[in-house]
Amino acid sequence: MERKQSNNIFSDVDWVTVLLYLLLITMGWLNIYSAVYNEDHHVITDMTQKYGKQMLWIGTSLLIALIILIIDEKFYTAFAYLIYGIFLIACIAVPFLGREVKGSRSWFRFGDFGIQPAEFMKFAANLAIAKFLSNQHIKIADYRNTIITLMIIGVPLLVIKILQDETGLAIVFVAFIFTLYREGLSVNYLLLGFLAIVLFILALLVNNIYLFLIILSLCVVATLFIRRTRKNLFAIALVGLIACGMVKGTSTVYEHMEAHQKIRIDVLLGRGTVNLKKEGYNVNQAKIAIGSGGFAGKGYLNGTQTKYDFVPEQDTDFIFCTVGEEWGFIGSSVVILLELALILKVIFMGERQRSAFSRIYGYGVASVLFFHLTVNVGMTIGLAPVIGIPLPFFSYGGSSLWSFTILLFIFIKLDSHRLSILR
Amino acid sequence: MNPLSERRFIIIGVFVLVGLVFIARLFYIQVIDDTYKLDARNQAFRYTTEFPVRGYIFDRKHKLLVYNEAAYDLMVTPKEVKELDTTDFCKLLDITKDEFLKKMKKAVQAPNSPRKPSVFEKQLSPQDYAALQERLYRFHGFFVQSRTLRKYPMKIAANMLGYIGEADKDMTERDPYYNEGDYLGVSGVEKTYEKVLRGKKGMHILMVDVNNSPKGSYMNGLYDTAAKPGLSLESTLDADLQLYGEQLMQNKVGSIVAIEPQTGEILALVTSPSYDPNLLVGRARNKNFSKLYLDTIRVPLFNRATMASYPPGSTFKLVESLIGQQEGVLTPETRYPCSAGYAPLGGHPKCEVHPSPLALYDAIGYSCNSYFSYVFKSIIENKKYHDTYVAFEAWRNIALSFNIGRKTNSDLANELRGNIPSIKYYDRIFGKGVWKASTVISLGIGQAEMGITPLQNANVATIISNKGWYYTPHIVKAINDNPNDTILNRFKVKHYTAINDTLIYNNVIEGMSHVTESGTAHLLKIEGVEYCAKTGTAQNPHGHDHSVFVAFAPKNNPKIAIAVLVENAGWGASWAGPIATLMMEKYLNGKVVRKELEKTMMDANLIDNNKTTEVKKKKK
Repeated sequence: MERKQSNNIFSDVDWVTVLLYLLLITMGWLNIYSAVYNEDHHVITDMTQKYGKQMLWIGTSLLIALIILIIDEKFYTAFAYLIYGIFLIACIAVPFLGREVKGSRSWFRFGDFGIQPAEFMKFAANLAIAKFLSNQHIKIADYRNTIITLMIIGVPLLVIKILQDETGLAIVFVAFIFTLYREGLSVNYLLLGFLAIVLFILALLVNNIYLFLIILSLCVVATLFIRRTRKNLFAIALVGLIACGMVKGTSTVYEHMEAHQKIRIDVLLGRGTVNLKKEGYNVNQAKIAIGSGGFAGKGYLNGTQTKYDFVPEQDTDFIFCTVGEEWGFIGSSVVILLELALILKVIFMGERQRSAFSRIYGYGVASVLFFHLTVNVGMTIGLAPVIGIPLPFFSYGGSSLWSFTILLFIFIKLDSHRLSILR
Repeated sequence: MNPLSERRFIIIGVFVLVGLVFIARLFYIQVIDDTYKLDARNQAFRYTTEFPVRGYIFDRKHKLLVYNEAAYDLMVTPKEVKELDTTDFCKLLDITKDEFLKKMKKAVQAPNSPRKPSVFEKQLSPQDYAALQERLYRFHGFFVQSRTLRKYPMKIAANMLGYIGEADKDMTERDPYYNEGDYLGVSGVEKTYEKVLRGKKGMHILMVDVNNSPKGSYMNGLYDTAAKPGLSLESTLDADLQLYGEQLMQNKVGSIVAIEPQTGEILALVTSPSYDPNLLVGRARNKNFSKLYLDTIRVPLFNRATMASYPPGSTFKLVESLIGQQEGVLTPETRYPCSAGYAPLGGHPKCEVHPSPLALYDAIGYSCNSYFSYVFKSIIENKKYHDTYVAFEAWRNIALSFNIGRKTNSDLANELRGNIPSIKYYDRIFGKGVWKASTVISLGIGQAEMGITPLQNANVATIISNKGWYYTPHIVKAINDNPNDTILNRFKVKHYTAINDTLIYNNVIEGMSHVTESGTAHLLKIEGVEYCAKTGTAQNPHGHDHSVFVAFAPKNNPKIAIAVLVENAGWGASWAGPIATLMMEKYLNGKVVRKELEKTMMDANLIDNNKTTEVKKKKK
């Protein structure tokens, strides 16, 4: 169905989503101002300070958003693989071409400013997944297609993890599992993944012998309650074996982790004695900052824990601490609800797409945002291990803000054409 | 519709669930769990105390008795000390490295802690502080807290004013206002009026960053409290008279208490030996304190005016005369014989040679022991009671109404009760029904177990001069220039004795006039002033007799009542008398013409001649 073409590129743009976006980046900017507040440079537009720079990032982001809305929506479907390829190459190249900054090899530097190509890999991979899965002949349930999809996700993950050594940026690609589930990936994968996480935690906390016994008895109990067909019995045995394997494998995985990762896991699970001055410092300080906010918070610019540098990285990965301390339970709940509202809005928008490409892309956006929200907020309140990833639209940083803006606005652009054609 | 689209509900469900878990978790750590709030305060706040300025004390003519001088405590937070140039630091403070290490160790150990600021060096003078301040920024972990120290420009009335000490753990538990090391009044006026003088401490909340550098006050000082300075006191003391009294009493043991009869205001309260109150201030305080404390011969920290109880001796004969008349067994015409002693008991108590028999005025004038033994016997064996013990109780109750044997309830810290023995007491000593007037006859002349403090004795003189009433003696007449402060209300209540017939008092006053005209004090004249007095020679079981003198002047419309006691000095008229009359002369005439006598008194040294004697200290 051909809809009457509007002359205005802004017609059919979902303004609620745009409004949520603007609300979040504004709140983020104000909180960055408070987090790094400096009485000598109290003007929020002071370009020598991070809040001044963030204003620049916000300005450029809006410009990028505008450009995305102007570009023909066919561009994104047509060049999805190309974009994916370009950024993958950039990701591979950056450790060799980019300058090393503070031990990190994931940056291209331009004077004062830097760009992390890995940040942009998210929307690129999302485009590629959408392009691949939207092909009418492709069924993800096919063994071969599953492999290809997992490779689209897995290659950048491994490149970023191994070549750039950026665990936080790499692990985000796991988020696409939600997209794949929506598009027909067997639920068993999700359950297995969930089982793996649960068993990993249990194996570190409980004596493995007990775990084996528990798994065995659960298998036995299961046989009593289901029809004992050969197929079912085989499935139970398989699950039991996999579970035991996971438990057994945990110690191996754990031993092969890097020291700081082991510590982060230990801190989260409260294993052994955690020294609050060393390995436990970040998380403890984050919790103190948030916890001291109380119900209504200490008031804007009145935070002590964040402003006075007790909390490390309080402007980037730990920005949520400023929210928690200064705005209290009310403010932090509002931020979580706003982020969640944007994510759910994107899902609802995804579901109203006629084009599979748009829908799949939309789910990718929601998944990536949700993963960031979960891990970022989770680590500040002691529910997730410390993984250095930003809070979408909130944390200081040009690359991440640009990346989230591009990710979201491509979808807004696609959504604005949801009635025009069937792709 | 794609059947897979049902899966969106699972996904939405997971997302919403995570959101709810987070919000629940936030509710727990932000609203329910308080530990994080406490941690945050401990980390980011530094509480500093602003010490108020202690109230000044003035005399009745607004002469400054006590003021403050700035001093500075050098504080240390051991954990913050880093890169310290120890040699330089020690040189600046004039301490050795060993002392430095010892002080640091003390600052780390309980009750101090490495994180808590504690005093490193106490009470630096402004000069030392000036030298230190310039370079303080180089010594991380050290800061200076300003304190105020008492200063006494006239160096008088040390025991009456009292001294300042530091609050110990005991004190902080009794009164949470104090922290360990806070200054507070330990004795004298400083103790009685502590709450008035101390003011109110202020508290500042300072925010510090992760490196412990100050970041300004919390909430712009919303929760800060300013220190409220202590209120000033106007003392009833006449500084010039006090100083004169202290000069007269130098090198003697004893005390002078002078009261303005119409008001109960204490004009002078001298105890000797005393000390320079400036000794108990500043860094040398502890050294000086133990020196004064360990001086068991002079006992300079002992306030004899309120804390020493002596037999009243002959001065009690005044009260005895009043009681006798009140009980109807004595008139001015009543005559008793004297044979250099009380004949019925074989000449005991003894007496001097004087005309005999004699009537009341002369009996007071000559201080006749025999006469007052007869009087006492007649009171105790008074027919109207039919019972010796009832009569004794009546005698005792009237005496008690003169505030003898019980505390005056003045505003002088630490007062002794004194003593008038009770029936119960004598029953215990002699046995019930065994003792009678002759057994305790020496009570009639103010001896035996009787005890009276110089303050009480001065109050007795006040009562007689007022003819039957008194205000509770007190040392403070106005708080913060307000004489009507409610704290002072109790000094505005007129107390009456059990004797209210002014005629009775007139007779005794006439007798006291005889003392100065023809009696024991006839040699002591004050130019242009007719005064009333009674000498006393209090027998002292521990050594030489105490010289006692009570008086008031002028005879009509008296302006000053006084009691003087010089320990182990013998006759009342030889030491206490001259000192008392000099005091009255100074106060009433503004100058003293009897320069010879004055010089004799001031120069006399009765301590070194008489080292073996000891103050009779009674337990409260």
